[in-house]
Amino acid sequence: MSDPVATERRAAIRASFAVGLAVAAYGISFGALSTASGLDVWQTCFLSLIMFSGGSQFAVIGILASGGAAAGGAAIASGALLGTRNALYALRVAPFIGGPWPKRVLAAHWTIDETTAVSTAQKTLAGQRAGFWFTGVIIYVGWNLTTLIGALIGDLLGDVSQYGLDAAAAAAFLGLLWPRLQQLQPVVVAIGAAAVAAALLPFVPAGIPVLAAAVVAVVVGLTNWWGKRP
Amino acid sequence: MTLWQTIILASIAVFALKLLGYLVPPSLVERPVPARIANLLTVALLSALIVVQTVGGGTGIVVDARIPALLVAAALFALRVPFILVVAAAAVVAALIRFWT
Repeated sequence: MSDPVATERRAAIRASFAVGLAVAAYGISFGALSTASGLDVWQTCFLSLIMFSGGSQFAVIGILASGGAAAGGAAIASGALLGTRNALYALRVAPFIGGPWPKRVLAAHWTIDETTAVSTAQKTLAGQRAGFWFTGVIIYVGWNLTTLIGALIGDLLGDVSQYGLDAAAAAAFLGLLWPRLQQLQPVVVAIGAAAVAAALLPFVPAGIPVLAAAVVAVVVGLTNWWGKRP
Repeated sequence: MTLWQTIILASIAVFALKLLGYLVPPSLVERPVPARIANLLTVALLSALIVVQTVGGGTGIVVDARIPALLVAAALFALRVPFILVVAAAAVVAALIRFWT
């Protein structure tokens, strides 16, 4: 059992389970918040099955919750902007995925924060592939099952604010943001974006404050203010 | 636009972005600027979504039980409490404040 390839693979699979099971549980909160935002159980499950990117899913339901169907355009734009990082993850994992196109398309669908984090943390090709696919399958199955459970619970609860689910949505966004605030630059961007959103909130239609805040990221990203010099 | 149209179009957009990364040449990876902007976009949008979700209301800024709930959530995240427990705690704090006021 001292085969180094098998050892690497086992280590990758262990990491997949640790990350996958923890993350899959978020699906409960997504499902409950989504039905509370006015989506039905089918629409909620569609997002987890087809969109399958937590940050984008929370953004879409958050904006639909505040603006209703009229905010559809802003909801799509916010979901897509939050999904741009998946394109960069795909650039990093594509070299070790390989294989025929159907396999790569499935890999694309599963290219998210967690599969990228687990797979790129492995040292060997076997470990990277095992990490990607195991994390992908655990999260995909778990996220969709827990979404359905959460959606059914949310459907039963009825009136949202009475149970504090609106506050839970804010806490969910904070939980997604928290691990990204390790350096000065993202902290500055987070504060700037919050200020822009708060300043615009009373004056513009739902969804627009979030899109306007994206400008802060583009400006700081282009100039690299408060960033590390290479 | 109906809810279904929004959901389907947004899902297509998110999937297309993922697929795009498999289609473009990997030399883009080495460029720091697009990578930095994409990471900061995530931070900016999540931060703005927190604001909208915490103080947003029908007309402008509304201060209510969501603010103390978010502060409790921040404290719990700082203590490394798991995501789902923090989200539940925020809901409980807001619900209790509404119950007593």
